[in-house]
Amino acid sequence: MLRRTLVAALPALLLATTACAEQSVGDPNAPAGSAVAYPSKTLQIMAPAGAGGGWDTTARTLQQALQGAGLLGGQSAEVRNVTGAAGTIGLAELVTSHKGDAHQLMVTGLVMVGGVVTNKSPVDLSQTTPIATLTAESEVIVVKSDSKYQTLKQLVDDIKADPTSVKWGGGSAGGTDQILVGLLAKAAGADASTVAKQYIAYSGGGETKAGLLSGDISVAVSGTSEFADLVKAGTVRALAVSSATGGDAGLGTPTPSIKESGYDLELMNWRGLVAPPGISDAEKAAVIAMVDKLHASAQWQQALTDKKWTDFYRTGGEATTFFADEHTRIKAVLTEIGLG
Amino acid sequence: MSSLSSLLDGFASVLSPQNLLYAAIGVTIGTLVGVLPGIGPALTIALLLPVSLQLDDPTGTLIMFAGIYYGAMYGGSTTSILLNTPGESASVATSIEGYRMAQRGRARAALATAAIGSFVAATISTVLLAFVAEPMASFAVTFRASDYFALAVLAMVTVTALVGASLPRGLMSLTFGLFLGLVGIDSLTGQARFTFGVPELLDGVDVVTVIVGLFAIGETLYIASRLKDLPAKVAPLEPAKGGFAWLSRQDWARSWPAWLRGTLFGFPFGALPSGGAEIPTFLSYTVEKRRSKHRDEWGNGAIEGVAGPEAANNASFSGVLVPLLTLGIPTSATAAVMLAAFGYFDLSPGPQLFEKSPDLVWALIASLFVGNVMLLALNLPLIRIWVKVLQIPRPLLYTGILVFATLGVYAVSGSVVDVLIAYAIGVLAMFMRRFDFPIAPVILGLILGPMMETQFRRALLLSDGALSVFVTRPLTVTLLSLAVVALALPHLPKVWARLRGGSGARRLSFAEDD
Repeated sequence: MLRRTLVAALPALLLATTACAEQSVGDPNAPAGSAVAYPSKTLQIMAPAGAGGGWDTTARTLQQALQGAGLLGGQSAEVRNVTGAAGTIGLAELVTSHKGDAHQLMVTGLVMVGGVVTNKSPVDLSQTTPIATLTAESEVIVVKSDSKYQTLKQLVDDIKADPTSVKWGGGSAGGTDQILVGLLAKAAGADASTVAKQYIAYSGGGETKAGLLSGDISVAVSGTSEFADLVKAGTVRALAVSSATGGDAGLGTPTPSIKESGYDLELMNWRGLVAPPGISDAEKAAVIAMVDKLHASAQWQQALTDKKWTDFYRTGGEATTFFADEHTRIKAVLTEIGLG
Repeated sequence: MSSLSSLLDGFASVLSPQNLLYAAIGVTIGTLVGVLPGIGPALTIALLLPVSLQLDDPTGTLIMFAGIYYGAMYGGSTTSILLNTPGESASVATSIEGYRMAQRGRARAALATAAIGSFVAATISTVLLAFVAEPMASFAVTFRASDYFALAVLAMVTVTALVGASLPRGLMSLTFGLFLGLVGIDSLTGQARFTFGVPELLDGVDVVTVIVGLFAIGETLYIASRLKDLPAKVAPLEPAKGGFAWLSRQDWARSWPAWLRGTLFGFPFGALPSGGAEIPTFLSYTVEKRRSKHRDEWGNGAIEGVAGPEAANNASFSGVLVPLLTLGIPTSATAAVMLAAFGYFDLSPGPQLFEKSPDLVWALIASLFVGNVMLLALNLPLIRIWVKVLQIPRPLLYTGILVFATLGVYAVSGSVVDVLIAYAIGVLAMFMRRFDFPIAPVILGLILGPMMETQFRRALLLSDGALSVFVTRPLTVTLLSLAVVALALPHLPKVWARLRGGSGARRLSFAEDD
């Protein structure tokens, strides 16, 4: 055990020494990030979910863009999948097994914030070293085209009058979709706890679509891209998107946002990057400097366009505050709807 | 008619040397990963996605993926038949009779009926996909939660043939499967059940982990425990008849009706948004067993028991493409990854796809035909190499299986806990084999149990707790009535006889085969 700790501590110690040495001789005006040669060995990017999902795609896109933009300094990057429990298994591994190892990065996101609360995970994002938020996708609220609801207001008026009148459907219990339903009921002053109990959890966007089309549920909540094609085809109608301002939900013209419809609420399904706890400030600065260059690279910008991800870039202190705020907000709503 | 000409255009674009090469690569990779337990087509395609993006050739990529899928399906049945180690749930039904055939020295015939049956089923179901995709999809999405529940009940009561010779043992296996299905976060309320504070159990026990444990690891441990009593080689082999005579005239005659019936089960189940490939394989197995004129061969290697489920398995893939292409609804893990692949090429499957990118859709459908021909061409000659596996001395062979099984489980989850779960299940499966408990009902419980529970509770949530939801929808009522008929039918003659004062059976039997 002691030997393992020592072995693990050695590279960190060496890095720190190099960092100090370089800093002392380096140009004082140079950005802090250039102080540490990073990465100095193979970079491990963990996708805390199975292959093919959003986090996995983000991790693999990061890997490719880092390689493509030549930001790895001759080293390579590997993607590893650690599946389970809304990413909290991966989170626990990062915090406990990789403490102090700046070459272990993990993709994270809003779903993990919710998962920490619903799974009563002993570790949360505040125990990691936040690096950056990268991308975000807005949510969309849709009804079938023959539904009586033409606007979000009509729908919200109904749930205010009778919280059991609307059957909602979306992804897993306690996930982004149900969080949005809870937040919307709360923002509108409806009985959030009862409204959220009318929510049917499906195993994914596909099953949610089938549930809406068969008439099981009357309102579906999902990522905007999931329903874009059905909105375009006129099979379903988008009532609102969850971004700050209206956005394209498939029609080519902006669909109003929830905020624009009169309810003070904004929720983005964001994804970001964290490092393990216990890395030095110089290492943290070096990782952020690498991600900064990545964000500016043509490869990353191209990937954002290709995958229709909204750029949602915040780093360092700003990212730390954002993670903490989201945790507070999500925990509050999940507790209120009985999932916390 | 327009479908036909579009399809011909599709063939025109697919039959280039480059695309044929993609198909060949896909089928080969697919067969290889299918042979390895645990690593399925979904994982392989997900891993290949970034590479294929570099090719920047949507048609070629999709052709390759379709090849991987078919190849993996077929590769999975190879190991099921030869070694009783299915890699995924859809091959479990195949393994029951397939392995017995291999033990009797009929491995060649079993592999051949699987390969040709896969080809026939895939070809027929691809034709169905080309011509009835849209009406099929609009029917499939009318299924509501109560209908799915009724369907699961119907499947549960009709597949009793899997329960095996001893009813109590079969029901105990089934109950174990139902229990495994309960572990994890309850999908509707988010509450953890039977997780004992182990975070790795929150997502439940993965079906692949259970299958690898039950079959690959369980079989290995069982063989190891009685290695002394077994001959050094796995199975004798009937002498090859040479040339193209993989199947005898009688094999052909018994196989082809099973292929057709299997296809008819597989395609519609694949098209249902919550259907899947497992239920039709189990149904096909049951139907073939009920209809068979060679009842004495069942449990001892009946060729229909391989032909039917394999056809159902392959037909379900074309079925899966129905909701994927027409509505953008992925109904299996592989379909979900293919949906992601579409997204990379800026194509969104759904109502617009047939209008926006007809070339691609028809090229994909044509590529399914090409992939199938390719698979048959690759695998029929390979049979003679695969059966050589049976000539490897047992200790070496099963060591290899154990290594690959362990790697497979770890590769999918990246978690040691899953490997331990697989081994725990493996030890249990060894004792199940020792004491003659059937293995297949575990899988049945694991797959049908959660489906029944979730859909039952969804239906009740949607009806605000009114049980009447199960008797008001015509489709639900029809399916539930069929379930009652299926339960009662075998007993009616006896009941009838008793009512008329005859000497009816003393006790009610639960299945006609117990």
